[in-house]
Amino acid sequence: MHIYLTDQPIDVAAVLASVQDDGAGAVNTFIGTVRNQSTGRRVVRLDYEAYDVMAIRQMEHVAGQAQEKWPMLRQVAITHRKGRLEIGDVAVVVAVSTPHRADSFAACQYIIDTIKQVVPIWKKEEYEDGSVWVAAHP
Amino acid sequence: MKLKIALFGIAKEIVGSASLDLDTPDQQSVAGLMNQLRTQYPALRELSSLAIAVNSEYAADEYQLQERDEVALIPPVSGG
Repeated sequence: MHIYLTDQPIDVAAVLASVQDDGAGAVNTFIGTVRNQSTGRRVVRLDYEAYDVMAIRQMEHVAGQAQEKWPMLRQVAITHRKGRLEIGDVAVVVAVSTPHRADSFAACQYIIDTIKQVVPIWKKEEYEDGSVWVAAHP
Repeated sequence: MKLKIALFGIAKEIVGSASLDLDTPDQQSVAGLMNQLRTQYPALRELSSLAIAVNSEYAADEYQLQERDEVALIPPVSGG
């Protein structure tokens, strides 16, 4: 598995290349990008903070769980960005390769959904008139 | 014992520091530490969720903390 946390722009092509596998007939990719609005407020940028060592460990766990659920998985790559991101920037890339496409969709979705639940990374949305830590309060 | 607790995101803002040195009973569980922190910083009670990580893994409520543990307070995550 190829797991990275970086404060530099993510090279999506490099993440895709890392899951290339001669036994795979499918590569599925999820790319999370920074949107310009949230619950009706205009977002000007995002600040991502990470507990680096634990974030990498938890991303490894998520990839490992996906490999248990989909034993046919050939390669898994996850790269998450941290630091200041502007509108349109790539925040996260998940890529998987599998022999057939159905498993690649399912595994990719499982990985991004689980990342959002367990990986210790925090997103602060900056608006023109303030900022909010996303999901902090009910 | 003395614990050093790493803080992130909104928990860092609530406490006002990236890490917290805390005096806590020698026999302290994760649940006990959570209660101690919520008493000391009531704003932590208003969060959607709160977890404690020990040595980069989520810790169960009954885990008995050791002074050498690397402890972190994990407010609601929002990566992706």
